Amino acid sequence: MKSRRSGAEAAFWALFLGLIVVVGAYISERAQDAMIGVHASMVTIGALLALFAGFTVWFDARRDHRPIVDSSVYNDAIVKWGVILSVIWGLVGFLVGLYIALQLAFPQLNLDLPWTTFGRIRPLHTSAVIFAFGGTVLITTSFHVVQRTSGVRLAGTFSPWFVLFGYQMFILLAATSYVFGVTQTKEYAEPEWFTDIWLTLVWVAYLLVFLETIRRRREPHIYVANWFYLAFILTVAVLHIVNNLALPVSLFDSHSYQVFAGVQDAMVQWWYAHNAVGFFLTAGFLGIMYYFVPKRAERPIYSYRLSIVHFWSLIFLYIWAGPHHLHYTALPDWAQTLGMTFSIMLWMASWGGMINGLMTLSGAWDKLRTDPVLRLLVVAVAFYGMSTFEGPMMSIKAVNALSHYTDWTIGHVHSGALGWVGFVSFGALYHLTPVLWKRERLYSLRLVEWHFWIASLGILLYITAMWVSGIMQGLMWRAYNSLGFLEYSFVETVAAMEPFYLIRAFGGLLYLAGAGLMAFNILQTIRGQVREERPMFAAPTASVGARA
Amino acid sequence: MTRPEIDKFTGTETTGHEWDGIRELNTPLPRWWLWTYVACCIWAFGYWVAMPAWPLVSSYTHGVLGYSQRAVVAADLAAARLDRAPQTERLAAMPVGAIEANPELFGFALAAGRSAYLVNCAQCHGTGAAGARGYPNLNDDDWIWGGTPEAIEQTIRFGIRSGHPQARDSAMPGFVADGQLTELQARQMANHVLDLAQGNAGQPASAKLYAETCAACHGDQGQGDPKVGAPRLTDRIWLYGDTRESILATLTNGRRGVMPGWQDRLDDATIKQLAVYIHSLGGGK
Repeated sequence: MKSRRSGAEAAFWALFLGLIVVVGAYISERAQDAMIGVHASMVTIGALLALFAGFTVWFDARRDHRPIVDSSVYNDAIVKWGVILSVIWGLVGFLVGLYIALQLAFPQLNLDLPWTTFGRIRPLHTSAVIFAFGGTVLITTSFHVVQRTSGVRLAGTFSPWFVLFGYQMFILLAATSYVFGVTQTKEYAEPEWFTDIWLTLVWVAYLLVFLETIRRRREPHIYVANWFYLAFILTVAVLHIVNNLALPVSLFDSHSYQVFAGVQDAMVQWWYAHNAVGFFLTAGFLGIMYYFVPKRAERPIYSYRLSIVHFWSLIFLYIWAGPHHLHYTALPDWAQTLGMTFSIMLWMASWGGMINGLMTLSGAWDKLRTDPVLRLLVVAVAFYGMSTFEGPMMSIKAVNALSHYTDWTIGHVHSGALGWVGFVSFGALYHLTPVLWKRERLYSLRLVEWHFWIASLGILLYITAMWVSGIMQGLMWRAYNSLGFLEYSFVETVAAMEPFYLIRAFGGLLYLAGAGLMAFNILQTIRGQVREERPMFAAPTASVGARA
Repeated sequence: MTRPEIDKFTGTETTGHEWDGIRELNTPLPRWWLWTYVACCIWAFGYWVAMPAWPLVSSYTHGVLGYSQRAVVAADLAAARLDRAPQTERLAAMPVGAIEANPELFGFALAAGRSAYLVNCAQCHGTGAAGARGYPNLNDDDWIWGGTPEAIEQTIRFGIRSGHPQARDSAMPGFVADGQLTELQARQMANHVLDLAQGNAGQPASAKLYAETCAACHGDQGQGDPKVGAPRLTDRIWLYGDTRESILATLTNGRRGVMPGWQDRLDDATIKQLAVYIHSLGGGK
């Protein structure tokens, strides 16, 4: 039965990839513009490589008369790949961020080339950190967590690999298209129609793998982390499909026409983008928090009831809050009201997760002193709490009138991205590495300490600089002189922000440096190295004696 | 499945579930959390009653306060207009040259003009009006098309080579491109123009060529002529740079810089305010 099922799965993927090769080759042959030709070729080559790898695995297993996978053990190989890819994408995303931060302070750094202008590189940065880094972390950790908390191996022989590497293909398609100027100009949804279709295929496979693993679980109940992961996967599918509805100019052309127009388009776009934050960067990462915080603290989750109430509150309320991105625009008053009021109600719904994360530390607070990995996870939750307070506050129209379109918004996003998403990911990656590679511990906990402090300082510089510059910018825009005329021109507000651009770039440099330390630490751990060292903040005498 | 048990540290019962070693306490909802949540919801419901909130089939609930963002903006704009009406109306009715003589209106026009300048003009001419390559400095007394308030108003209103029938229009021809000068002659003329700027008479041969080719517009001494928009060549103020190369490029291909006309974008009073402001910058005539 089992082998028949995996045989059918193998046949399906062989057919699917074969079809991709044919369609890809056909489109690249008939391509009407360079971009779709290059992308169709990339997908074709990727599918050929996948076919080759799949057949190799299948033949080897046939030759040795064994099943392709041992279903009695967890699929850790895919999680290992995910950890490595996550670290790489993190470095790439932060580096590109630093580059564009420096471009703001020194515009000549755009090198006067179309491929390196701010307009093309900025979406490269946002997508690299959100989708390449964040997305790979989510797929990686969800594959780990769903196996461990369900007590079964990840469903599928080839499917999970299609999910992880199909997603990497999506990242490559998106990144190259931004640099070459092919975009549908929707925030966080820049890729054109064919890349969107590719992501949809990957995402459906992801959903099926995740659902099937949960269906096979040995535990009677589904763990709360998996609710959040599932909500993330399902909602992102809906958001992605609706927001990207478009009519391609032709099957052989990378351009397309949006289905929605005007204020409807704006509304759909910000419904999508806000819930990309809500379900990709919040629900998904709460899934990470719900597994790794209790695991690392070795304490039970604080409140089961709170997790139920705040889960459903979050899911129900978040989806309404998008219009707060369009205050004081052509969007009707009633839609603005709904966006704002649901954002306010969302405050406590979000904080339920923060309480459950922080209070799980009850009885283990002392570990924060000695375990920098746990500290990364917990400080992430603190940043989560701060961002989910700041967000509803900024959704209030009177506040938004000042904050909208300013750097304050950028600061808000980064306290969530660097503080919450980044730190909780780092904590998870640090925890996973020794577990997956069966090492006694990380190469160096002192390096984790350095990472924590350098990155925290970086975040602090970044967000305080953006608060000051954003509020200054907003106040300058609305400054009137005694006769009631505008006080400043736009370019004067830009000139006033320059020192803060420098501080922000320096903060970004620190954050990148911390991630570099992490990459080194994880690499050394994978190589089996263990650094002999004293802990940074523990009773020193005993361990010194032990070492001597 | 394990059985519910009492957690030693907190004294709270667990739910009895366990996943990969993770358990859950059955702690009740924190009261402060619950009541803050309820308070936020009550506030939201209240806001829905007061403000436009829920879509209906062909309309929406307007709310008991009758708030409308568009109405508020319209009222604000009307109030601002009303506030300034006395000055604006008098300004609009007055010839631009007379404004400076009226201290009250002059102060108002300067403030309004500066604000309008920063929004509409600073992009090309700079926030300090110092100009840039191809965009004249408005602080000096070198006026290509005239520096009286009336001349400035005319320039702002209709622009330069903007396509409007009343726009300032003239062309520095591309002498080499049109075949009127050889490249060698153009080089000679570029040197001569640099000589004029230094206050030198230049080579006799060049002076002859200048008199035949350039003097009709730029004047026999290179003094320029605001009536046809021919820049003065004797003042070392250069619109396109002071290098021999840029002068040679001007002689070779000509220049046709464009300034848009603001007649259809700004109202009468604003254009006059701008003219007064720019005239006041230091080099007005």
